[in-house]
Parts: sequence; C-alpha cells; structure tokens
Amino acid sequence: MSGSDCLGGWRDVGLIDDIPKLGARVVATARGNVAVFRTADDEIFALDDRCPHKGGPLSQGIVHGTYVTCPLHNWVINLPTGEAVAPDQGCTRKVPVQIRDRRVFLNPAFTTILPAGSVGWARKRRGAAR
Amino acid sequence: MNIHVPPKERLVVIGNGMAGMRAVEELLKRTPDRYEITVFGAEPHVNYDRILLSSVLAGEKEIDEIVINSRSWYEENGIRLFTGDPIISISGAAHTVTSKNGRVEPYDRLLVATGSRPIVPPIPGLNLQGVCTFRDIADIEQMIDASTRHAKAIVIGGGLLGLEAANGLLRRGMNVAVVHLMDTLMERQLDHQAGKLLQRELDERGINFFMNGQTEEIFGATQVEGVRLADGREVPGNLVVMAIGIRPNTDLARAADLEINRGIVVHDDMRSSDPDIFAVGECAEHRGMTYGLVAPLYEMAKVCADHLAGDAHKSSYTGSVLATKLKVTGVDLFSAGNFSGGEDCGEMTYHDTTGQVYKKLVMREGRVEGVVLYGDVTDSGWYLELLRNKEDVAAFKDAILFGQAIVAAMGKIKPVGVEDLPDNYQICGCNGVSKGTIVQTILDKGLSTLAEVRAHSKASASCGSCTGLVEGLLAATLGDAFCKAKEPGMCRCTEHTHDEVRRQIIEQELKTIPRVMSALSWSTPDGCHSCRPALNFYLLCAWPGEYVDDAQSRFINERAHANIQKDGTFSVIPRMWGGTTSAKELRAIADVVDKHTIPTVKITGGQRIDMLGVRKDQLPAVWRELNEAGLVSGHAYGKALRTVKTCVGSEWCRFGTQDSTAMGIALEKMTWGSWHPHKVKLAVSGCPRNCAEATIKDFGVVAIESGWELHVGGNGGIKVRATDLLCKVATEAEVLEYCAAFLQLYREEARYLERTAPWIERVGLDYVKGRIVRDAAGRKLLQDRFLYSQQFFQQDPWEERARGETQPAEFRALATVDS
Repeated sequence: MSGSDCLGGWRDVGLIDDIPKLGARVVATARGNVAVFRTADDEIFALDDRCPHKGGPLSQGIVHGTYVTCPLHNWVINLPTGEAVAPDQGCTRKVPVQIRDRRVFLNPAFTTILPAGSVGWARKRRGAAR
Repeated sequence: MNIHVPPKERLVVIGNGMAGMRAVEELLKRTPDRYEITVFGAEPHVNYDRILLSSVLAGEKEIDEIVINSRSWYEENGIRLFTGDPIISISGAAHTVTSKNGRVEPYDRLLVATGSRPIVPPIPGLNLQGVCTFRDIADIEQMIDASTRHAKAIVIGGGLLGLEAANGLLRRGMNVAVVHLMDTLMERQLDHQAGKLLQRELDERGINFFMNGQTEEIFGATQVEGVRLADGREVPGNLVVMAIGIRPNTDLARAADLEINRGIVVHDDMRSSDPDIFAVGECAEHRGMTYGLVAPLYEMAKVCADHLAGDAHKSSYTGSVLATKLKVTGVDLFSAGNFSGGEDCGEMTYHDTTGQVYKKLVMREGRVEGVVLYGDVTDSGWYLELLRNKEDVAAFKDAILFGQAIVAAMGKIKPVGVEDLPDNYQICGCNGVSKGTIVQTILDKGLSTLAEVRAHSKASASCGSCTGLVEGLLAATLGDAFCKAKEPGMCRCTEHTHDEVRRQIIEQELKTIPRVMSALSWSTPDGCHSCRPALNFYLLCAWPGEYVDDAQSRFINERAHANIQKDGTFSVIPRMWGGTTSAKELRAIADVVDKHTIPTVKITGGQRIDMLGVRKDQLPAVWRELNEAGLVSGHAYGKALRTVKTCVGSEWCRFGTQDSTAMGIALEKMTWGSWHPHKVKLAVSGCPRNCAEATIKDFGVVAIESGWELHVGGNGGIKVRATDLLCKVATEAEVLEYCAAFLQLYREEARYLERTAPWIERVGLDYVKGRIVRDAAGRKLLQDRFLYSQQFFQQDPWEERARGETQPAEFRALATVDS
C-alpha cells in the first residue's frame, strides 16, 4: 500500500479486503487518523478517528449495521452521517471515500461542511447510558 | 335544609404496629367513614413490617423498604397519628386514655395492640454499653452501628429471633457466637433432627454455638467485653443481643383492670373483659394461647374489624395453626402444627443425608398433625393445607413424603399447577390471602407486576416466601403479557433473554453468531455492541474447540489483547504467576520500557506490573520482547481469568499454615486463559489473617490448619461484597477440583457481564453448594468440561500475534498518506 497514487486529491489506500468485515482500519494522514469502516455488506465509510464525545478512536469500536460503537464510553455513531445516535449529540467529520475495482480511495484533504448543531466536540449527554 | 349528621364514633388505637394497623386497614375496607380514628405509637416511626427487620439487619433491605403505611396514608384516611407518644393509662369508666405527653383522648371503642416486649432475664451487666434487644428499629440501628465498630457479637437465644439476628450480624461481617439454653436450636419450632441440621449449616457459615449455655453474667468495664456462662465458659464479644423470647405487653391493660392471664384475655370476637375494649396481636391471649407470628395476628385483625364494623354475626376467631419459616437467606426451613407427636401419633420421616434434606410428618388417624421440613420446603403450602383442612390422606399416605407433584403424578390427587389450586387455597400465609382474591385483584385492577399485586392484595408483601407462587399466578392470569413484562430481552436486537438464548444455542446446536441471529429472529442484521460479545462468549463456552472465535465481535481490549486507555494507547500487563516474578523478568520489563519509551510503569492491585501508554503499533514488538523473557499475556484486558493474588504463606511467613503461593500458582496454571461472563479474580491466603484479601474475590482460598476454606462470590468493586463460605476441603487437589467446577458453573450459567457476586445473589448460595459441594459426580463433570475447554484456550495470544500469524492487520495502519 503506497498511498502515493494521486488522483485529484484522491488517495488509493488499499483493497476492501484489507479491512475486516464489521471492522475498521486506520489511515494516517497529515491532519490525523482517519478510520475506514467496512460493513457486513461491503459498504465502506470513512470518518475522522475521533469520537465527538471524548475523542475516542472509533476505528477500535465494534461495527454493527451502519454504526460503530466507540470503545471508550459506548457512544454509537452513524457511519453514513458521522452523527451520534440520540440521546447523545455530536458529529464526527466525514471523509470522502469511493471504491473502484475493490480498491478504496480517500480524499482526506477535502473539507466537508459540518451539519448544523455539530460545532465543537462533545455535547452534554442526556439520559442514561445505553 | 338541615341534614342532621350524627357525630362519628371515636376509635382509639393503642399501638402503631402490624396488628393494630392491619385491624384499621381491614376496618377501613369495611366501613371507611364510621369512625374517627386516632392512633398512638410509642416508636417515633410510621408503622413498618417488623418481620423484615431481620432483612434490614442482614443488609437485604433498607428501612424505607419495610414501611407499610407512609404518613400520607394516615392523612388520606383521616387518621390522627401520634408517634413517639405512648399511652400511659386507660380509664374504662371514663372511656378515655392518657398519653405520656399529657393528651387525654376520649373513645367509644378502644383497640389495644401493644404487642410484646423482649424477655430480659435479671442478670448482672445489662446496663453495659453494647447490650440490646432485637425488637424495633432503634435496636437494629444499634446493632448495625456496633457492626461497624466491633468485630465480635454474642446473641443470647437460639430461637427464631436469635438466629435471624445472628445471621444478620454475620452478614454485616461480625464474628458471631450464639448462646442457647437448650441442646437443640429453635426447639419450639423444630424437632431434634432438623435442629441439628440447622446448627450444622449455620456452623458452616461461621456462627459459633454455645449450646446448653445458661448466661450468668455480662461482663465489661463500661463497654461489654463478653458473657460468662453458668458452667464457667466465657464468650468474648462487644455486642450482646438478648433474643430469648417475647412476653405480651399487658401493663396498661392490667392497670385498667382488664382480665389478664399471660396476655389480655379476649373472646372469639376479640373483645376483652370490657366490651368496648378490643385487643389484637401479640398482647392478646385467646383460648389460653398467645401468638408471636404474623399470620394469627392478621386473622385476629380481620375478626376484630368485622366486629368494630358491626358485622358481628359474620365471624369469630377460633385460633390459628402455627406455621414458621426462618428468614435466613439460603436456609429452607418450615414447621407447622404438632411436630413433636404424642399419644396415638405416628411419624413418617425422610432423611437424605447427602442432599441435606429432612422431612417429617406427624400423622394421627390418617391425617396430618404436624410438619417439619428442612432443606426442601417446596411442599410446605400443601402440607399446611392438608393440616388445616384436616384432610384424610390415607389414599396417598405411602407417597406423601415425596411431595405433591409425585402424588399428583401417581394419579392419587389432581395435578397441581398454580392454576389448578382451588380458589380458597391460601397463597400468602402471613396476610391470609387466597388464590381467588389474588386473581380477582389482578383482573379488577389490571395489574401486571409483582409490586402492584403486593400493593393491592398484600400477597407476598410480608415475609416474601410465597413470591414464586404469586408470580406464578400473575403469569397464569396474564399469559404472555406477564412474561414480557418480567424479563427484558438481551438487548434491543432480540426479545429473547440471556438464559433463553443460551438454551437455544445448545438445543438447536447453533455454532456461529449469524446462525444464532437467524434462528432466533434477531431484529438487526448483525446485532450490536451489546449482544455480539455476549453471543461470542456463549458460543465459545458451549462449543469449545469447535467454535471459531469472531474477533470483530470482541471488545477492542480482547481483540487487541491489551487495555485501551483514554488517549487511545494501550496498557500491557504480563502474567506473574501467583504474584511472583524474578530478576530476569524484571530486567526484561525494564528493557522494554526503556526501548519503547513507555511513559508509565505501575504496580496493579492484583500484584502485577502495568506498562501504560503503549501505542497499538508497538504492541507486537513489546510482546515479542516480553515473550523472550518467558512473560506471557496476563489477560488483564478480558472478561477472563485475571489474577491469582497470594500472600507469601508458610514458605516464609511465621504465621503461615500452608504454602499459599504454590497453591496460587497451581490455580493460575490451571485457570489462565479461560474466558468468562465477566472478569474473574482469585486469591489464596496462607492463614486466616487473610493478607491476600481472598474474601473479596470471585474465588478465594484461605488456609486453615486442617486444609483450605473455599470462599466464593466476593467483590471489591463499586458494591463491596464479602464472599460466602462454600466449604472446607483437605487437599490441594480438592482446591483445584472445586475451583474448576465452580468456574465452569459460572461460565455455563451466569449471564454475560454478570460478576460472580450478583450471580450468586440471584441463584442463591444454596444452589451453588448443591451443584459444587453436595453433588460430587456433577462437580467432576463440571471440572472435566472446564479442563477440556482449557486445552483450546491456554495458548498465549501475545505470542501468536507477535509472530504476525494472527490478525496481522489489526496492529498496522492501512496506509499512510501525506496530506
């Protein structure tokens, strides 16, 4: 895995099969780690590897459906949106990702606009722990 | 228009206890508006369930939980309540009572429910600090307070009350001695055989008995230091609880010239010798009998309420058949009727000395006359029913000792599911609630939980021993609606409970997580972070050697074999067998710390060394270097066997009686690598000083002169729980055997994330003893299954990963990009 294949900001980071199903791998970038997730149906999602709660490494969490549970305090993050599942509130930055011929391409430099209400890191958690 | 409202009659109740207030409750049911009710209580509390004081003492309930009626209940029912203001005199002629605070209250009807007083024999030393009785909340508070400041307690009296006090103090961590005048415990409720069985059980739990002991003196300077018995024995202790018995409290009634014998003499309508004065409860004497148990008090309360309400023709009290249960968790004991036999009586006994079960029926003219049950009280309700109804049992006498289910299976009587019981069958003996009343209440009020049934019908609200039957009635009455309300599913992905899922895994031979989810109709495609780790454990436990572990269903710590920290780095803890290490190992650890600039090194609570702040990509190299010095994974990260803590033991310690370190190492060699529902910690102490703190471990071993004590279910975490004594064994081989069997039982039957402490509280110590101590063959099978499983799991996970053979991708970045 070179990471050097450059295509308009898109970086080839490896094969889908390098990521375990219902798992994640980390891609180290200049602006921090990106977590690349693979679901049971081979969907691929990429998020900053930081939970909006306390910055926990989401790449180390358990993946289920299209969600990942943060290993530090069990916040559940929606992979397609990067948003925490209620009653928790917060959002992790999405990183654009696409698949070509089972290869995974990331565009880590691309800045997405954060959805409203997600400014800053953790929001106060409401309700009891899941 | 003027409507003439006649003034209400005035009812004054002396005594705010269980009997008096039950009579008021019953009266309000019959005629809520007839009386203006005033209650005087000597204690400063609202009325509470005195029976449950022993549960409060044992730490099983809080004071708030035993309150029967709150102050708002008195207000809502228009009852004036004066607490902490006892009545000091009754004037039958003037129809008034006078309270200690000088309140003079007129009455039309008076109810005396003054209960009883503890018997305190006139011996020297009663005034010393630390002497109390066991009667009310103030006594309990004194006992609980003493348990935090002193180590040794003495209970005088080995009857029902004394043993409940002893058990409670034991549960509070005190060393307890019981002094009893007779040579058998609870001789008023038990025959000799059952009394001895009970003594042996309590002795095993750690209560010291001084039988045939007449207390002559309580001695000490200002604080109690002990008691001296007539035969010269001395028992040390800083708390003395007088629990010899009770005596009806008749002082007031005697001063008012009511007829008194042992108690206040009452007729079948609960009237005393003054027709406007009623008496109920422990203070009353009816047909020569006084009662100290709750069921007769409640029966009296009903009759008294009938007569106060003017339904005089309805009822009369004709006496009660006494039935007793001991409220000591894990001791099953029941007696009723005439259990000691006599002329024209025959006896039938069943005694299983291996299972510690004893049953005795006293028979007379083909009818049950008395019952004593020890160890198995399943049929107590049935025997009591046969006894009360004086039923002719000749047709099934041969099988009667085997219980209702067997007799029913033989076709001698009708089958006996809770739904088959007759409507007038008494479910709750304490409160006298029949099956029909409970079912009707459930239907009328639309109840669906045990708490609601207790609130509305009182069934199982006192001693609680009929809870199972009441739940059974709820289930039978509501059908599926109750089952769902009762036990939630494992998680949001399924309605099946943990136990149900485990059962199905075995029955349907489900051997992968996807198979479980499809066979049991999971609502999510691949579960969640809660159910997947549980299923992974259940499957590896059920199918060792066959099930292929699913790393993606493991929490990161178990997937990466290290403990994740708040900054995403990991901590590494090598195994140190029994807490021992060597210069070579320490040197290797020092080298690893230097080479990888590991920021923090710390000694753990489990006698090991923790290296904190290791990056994930450093883990394989760290492990490789530790492996080279012989260090392996300590599983400090897993729902697994963690540590076996030890003291130095007889090899070095001048107090040690056994080699606890060698024992600890042997245990750790046997158990390391095993996965469990939650973390599991062991410890071995070389003498009863217990320096390894074995009594707050999941499985603790304490050396004694004659061998080893095995303790289970301890926990030093959020909720500290001292272990229960499982048994004593003589040899190291037995320690290993019992340990393996215990851990396997826990692995097979506890729910995921349930530590041994709550598991034992849920299933009961007696169940665990039944499986591990009393069932030798079953114990061997459990041990076999544990050891079979261990051959697949005793491989160092660090070594496999350090060599790069397992999960090579787990510890590496997928890629590194420069923008």
